[in-house]
Amino acid sequence: MTLVFPKESLNVFPRHLTPDYRSTVRRSPSKPLIVVPHTLSELTGPVYGHDAVQESDADLTRQHKGEPLGERIIVHGHVLDEDKRPIPDTLVEIWQANACGRYVHNVDQHPAPLDPNFTGAGRTVTDKKGYYRFITVKPGAYPWGNHHNAWRPNHIHFSVFGHSFLSRLVTQMYFPGDPLFPFDPIFNSVTDEKARQRMISNFDLENTIPDWALCFRFDIVLRGREATPQDTDKH
Amino acid sequence: MSEITPSQTVGPFFAYGLAPHSRCDWKPNGNYDWKETAGANLQTPDASGTKIRVEGCVLDGDGMPINDAMVEIWQADAHGRYAHPRDSRARPNTKFMGFGRSATDKNGAYSFDTIKPGSVPGPNSKAQAPHIVFCIFSRGMLRQIYTRLYFPDEAANASDPILLLVPHDRRGTLVAHKEMRSELPVYRFNIRLQGDNETVFFDI
Repeated sequence: MTLVFPKESLNVFPRHLTPDYRSTVRRSPSKPLIVVPHTLSELTGPVYGHDAVQESDADLTRQHKGEPLGERIIVHGHVLDEDKRPIPDTLVEIWQANACGRYVHNVDQHPAPLDPNFTGAGRTVTDKKGYYRFITVKPGAYPWGNHHNAWRPNHIHFSVFGHSFLSRLVTQMYFPGDPLFPFDPIFNSVTDEKARQRMISNFDLENTIPDWALCFRFDIVLRGREATPQDTDKH
Repeated sequence: MSEITPSQTVGPFFAYGLAPHSRCDWKPNGNYDWKETAGANLQTPDASGTKIRVEGCVLDGDGMPINDAMVEIWQADAHGRYAHPRDSRARPNTKFMGFGRSATDKNGAYSFDTIKPGSVPGPNSKAQAPHIVFCIFSRGMLRQIYTRLYFPDEAANASDPILLLVPHDRRGTLVAHKEMRSELPVYRFNIRLQGDNETVFFDI
């Protein structure tokens, strides 16, 4: 199987310069990006992290002496390529605010309490079927300085690798029905409605554990599909 | 066919999850035993080749240091081989993975301790000059950007098939500056997101 990474798939990504998200104004390339072919340097990528990852890293509610406050949730799904094939053995890392919307990072000083029983970082490696599963608490919304009365919708940050350095993805998982969606320039930096929907997890009643935790499903699709004879001709 | 999941910014708070032991000061009384999945030291005891340091700053359009960026690098070993199944050649440095991650500190600085990579195959069987692929994430960046570091002491740069696609007057932004620090070769490579001398980024 030879994978290719068509650039057209990136059309759903946000533009580098998205002025409604103010920080992009000074942090986006102003000159045109240089088009270059994919070489072995791009078509390979990190196969890494397995040594550092322990099974317990996927349960963010068991990293301290006590249990964190907030709604306990399961977040699970599959990591797939563009042909819907599972991507096994790939590192999935997450980080998030606590149930009050506060991050442990010292730059976050907004007046919401830290939870001594919650750090908010987790990681796992997908299994043979590309499946991953985390246990955590639902993160709170929090204010930020982008514009007057700006609040981020509840979200969990995801970092995923995939088959090559081209399939590398950092994104955010949102929760269904969030009233803050229309007002968030980061969420709306993805201008295609269907593409935005792919960042929103689905409430998963079937996998909710009665009397214990709600469940949300979030499938992640990374760049990469099988080469067609036409693609092969080009190389 | 399935459409891909869009990118979103890494935001300002990634360090405790992705790069807890990096230069970034995310927690003043830092006492956090979360093991890193990938750090800034790529060297392994069994890796042959020249030990080098790669360091620099990430700067915004005003030339100000970005203190909440994450720099990831991907490179071949000293023999020009990637630790990845797609590179089917035999690999002598079995433990050298070639992947590093460094969050920038308050001065916008990142650094890696690594091995100088060898030349790797390029398009149409032409060799590529030794290089390191860089992938940069930051608050204020909704998607990652890719660039490459080339080494100033390589004659092969003149015929590198990727460098040749870069306008001549901008190629210099991809070539690191070498200095010796005691016996250690240090390659300085600043990444300017915007403006005069903006680093070349690739549409890949």
